[in-house]
Amino acid sequence: MLHMKDKKMEVSAIENGTVIDHIPAKVLFKVIAILGLDHIDKPITFGTNLDSKKLGKKAIIKLSETFFIDKDINKIALVAPQAKLNIIKNYTVVEKKIVEVPDEIIGIAKCVNPKCITNNEKIVTKFQVISKTEVQLRCHYCEKITNQENIEII
Amino acid sequence: MKNKSLVSITDYSKDEYLRIISIAGEFEKQPVQPIMQGKVVANLFFEPSTRTRLSFESAVNRLGGRVIGFSDTLSSSVTKGETLYDTIKIVSSYCDLIVMRHPLEGSARFASELTTVPVINAGDGANQHPTQTLLDLYSIYKTQGTLENLTVFIVGDLKYGRTVHSLLMALSQFKTTFHFISPDELKIPDEYKFYLHRLGLDYHERKELAVDVEKADIIYMTRVQKERFSDPIEYEKTKNAYVLKNKMLARTKDNLKVLHPLPRVSEIEQDVDMNPKAYYFEQARNGVYVRQAIMTSILGLK
Ligand SMILES: [Zn+2]
Repeated sequence: MLHMKDKKMEVSAIENGTVIDHIPAKVLFKVIAILGLDHIDKPITFGTNLDSKKLGKKAIIKLSETFFIDKDINKIALVAPQAKLNIIKNYTVVEKKIVEVPDEIIGIAKCVNPKCITNNEKIVTKFQVISKTEVQLRCHYCEKITNQENIEII
Repeated sequence: MKNKSLVSITDYSKDEYLRIISIAGEFEKQPVQPIMQGKVVANLFFEPSTRTRLSFESAVNRLGGRVIGFSDTLSSSVTKGETLYDTIKIVSSYCDLIVMRHPLEGSARFASELTTVPVINAGDGANQHPTQTLLDLYSIYKTQGTLENLTVFIVGDLKYGRTVHSLLMALSQFKTTFHFISPDELKIPDEYKFYLHRLGLDYHERKELAVDVEKADIIYMTRVQKERFSDPIEYEKTKNAYVLKNKMLARTKDNLKVLHPLPRVSEIEQDVDMNPKAYYFEQARNGVYVRQAIMTSILGLK
């Protein structure tokens, strides 16, 4: 039943826009923050704690009349590397996309090193992505590495 | 290199290392050259480091330049809550070059991005201390006549020692064979081993100091600090295993030199000091020539 309900959620609703699926339920609010969805005035529907074979509990976001450029959407790869995007035009999926971790992360994440200048003075963080499979970020300032499990979204 | 900040050792290329070494050699022959007359260097020491500060001041004085700055934050505006951002913005209009030491990691990189005045990092927490690395390279070059194809033993705290990591990054440009000697708790981090592996360089890792020592061209000693150990009993058991004794040098190569970034605690016995293979005090003196070379190079005077 749940599966059917899930299915219904995916196909109903939007005429034009973006559906972001396969978000781990526990990072939904981080994804909302990263994409700045709290500042969008178009209709948005959220579903969370939906059963997922791959993720356990997943979340889904449906955004009417909203489209993202790759550079922006790829930011969510830090917390939701398996996220999938469906671009909807006229109730039909016209394009499917997967997110890709960018080479450089500006802002968004916090450096894991408490002695880093970015954690002690007002500075926009900056990282080089040195591994994309198991995400590893090297801080541009203190040069320390922040691993996937330590990534904290600002 | 003109106007280019020196924050990390990797900011310079192999050619730039060699250029600094060559200019430092000129200053060693003639240390007093008034080519920095009219130039002002701001020495911003947000934490005390007397040796490094004096080494920079001595270098500026021998070049005829002037030094302004502070050597602790108690008497400066920093205590009054001024941000690093504001300090750098203001000091930039007073000077031609900034030398800074700061307890927070990444502070020198941040400072270098706030100003058009070049910044030399004189230590940012546990991160980088590139002028130390360049003086290590100069010392190795001077005693060996080359930096290529040497066998370098690095002993002690290889996990936390920033001088060790920077030296490894720099020497890896010269086909060095490394021997890493440390207790298990202080082993060289994997990322550096991967790095050497990718470069196709040979390295050996072990716990015993006395093994294969006859192969070494350089033995680079570092401090093993008690606070690095989770178990104090483990520290007591291991500390004596990483002490260099004069008799260990008996079978070593004639060209071998023992280096240490200083200050030492007990990791080199005093009887080693009399051995002509001990080089750590000369190494410290080389720091002034190397800093003269770095500053004049950045100011476009050499
Ligand atoms: Zn950092």
